Amino acid sequence: MSHDTIAAASHDHGHDSAAHGTLKSYLVGFGLSIVLTLLSFGLVMAGAVPRSLALPGVIVLCVAQLLVQLVFFLHMGASRSQRDNLSAFVFAVFVIAIIVGGSAWVLHNMNANMMHPMPAGM
Amino acid sequence: MTHAVTALPHGSGHAGHHDDGSKTVFGFWIYLMSDLLIFSVLFATFAVLSKATAGGPSGKELFDLSFVLVETMLLLVSSFTFGMAMLNLHAARKSRVIAWLWVTFLFGAGFIAMEVYEFHHLISEGAGPQRSAYLSAFFTLIGTHGLHVTFGLVWIVVMIDMLRRHGLDAINTRRLSCLSLFWHFLDIVWICVFTFVYLLGAL
Repeated sequence: MSHDTIAAASHDHGHDSAAHGTLKSYLVGFGLSIVLTLLSFGLVMAGAVPRSLALPGVIVLCVAQLLVQLVFFLHMGASRSQRDNLSAFVFAVFVIAIIVGGSAWVLHNMNANMMHPMPAGM
Repeated sequence: MTHAVTALPHGSGHAGHHDDGSKTVFGFWIYLMSDLLIFSVLFATFAVLSKATAGGPSGKELFDLSFVLVETMLLLVSSFTFGMAMLNLHAARKSRVIAWLWVTFLFGAGFIAMEVYEFHHLISEGAGPQRSAYLSAFFTLIGTHGLHVTFGLVWIVVMIDMLRRHGLDAINTRRLSCLSLFWHFLDIVWICVFTFVYLLGAL
């Protein structure tokens, strides 16, 4: 992306050009974060959006915001210097998907199939 | 120890690069990924127990979303101000780095103050961690994040002192890079917290 080249151009030597951003990239990232946060809260707090729409909406906004922060604040990208970070991150996401998805799936089925004393199973 | 190693003259000059601490920063990144796994386990626990209120209050009855929105904004702004500190670090402006770190500290401290207030408020309402499995999971998840932010605040103060003493040398630059990753990382965890705990809990 363009901010990598800008960062590389403004720092003539030494450190890792992709490891820190520019004022512009921080401002863009900050602006997007604020907008996405307000949209998420607005979706729920307005109370006018039906649950079936607000639920996936909030999750999509969350994923979008995570990507914004990873790219603009943590400077994650496909550039050579960031490749190790990226692969460690992708592996972590893979493990998290197994842990969180697996737990939710298994225990949802357990709750659904048991005569549970709780008012409403998961 | 590390100080002595990095201070050695680079006689061999292998790979033709000076050590800019990028290996240390990568090692710190791996620590952050393992920390992410801790949080993911706490999130999984919370998800599994999210209906286990034992007749006690649910998130819908407890949460004040406008309060959480202000907390979120404090943390977002602090992430941005830390970015400003990093930009000034790379521009070698020491006093501005310190000033932005203080601003970051203030926003982070505001966040923690709000969280402590929220915990106190919930506990005094009888919605403490012992009330239900749901609230135990809630306090553990939010509390773990809050502890991380608190340690981040301590680290910021220590970092400011080290910058005052030693300036923007290679070691401090490396440490600040790690702290920067840590601080932005906590912001990322909080995005998942406000989405999955507060917003979905209030839906």
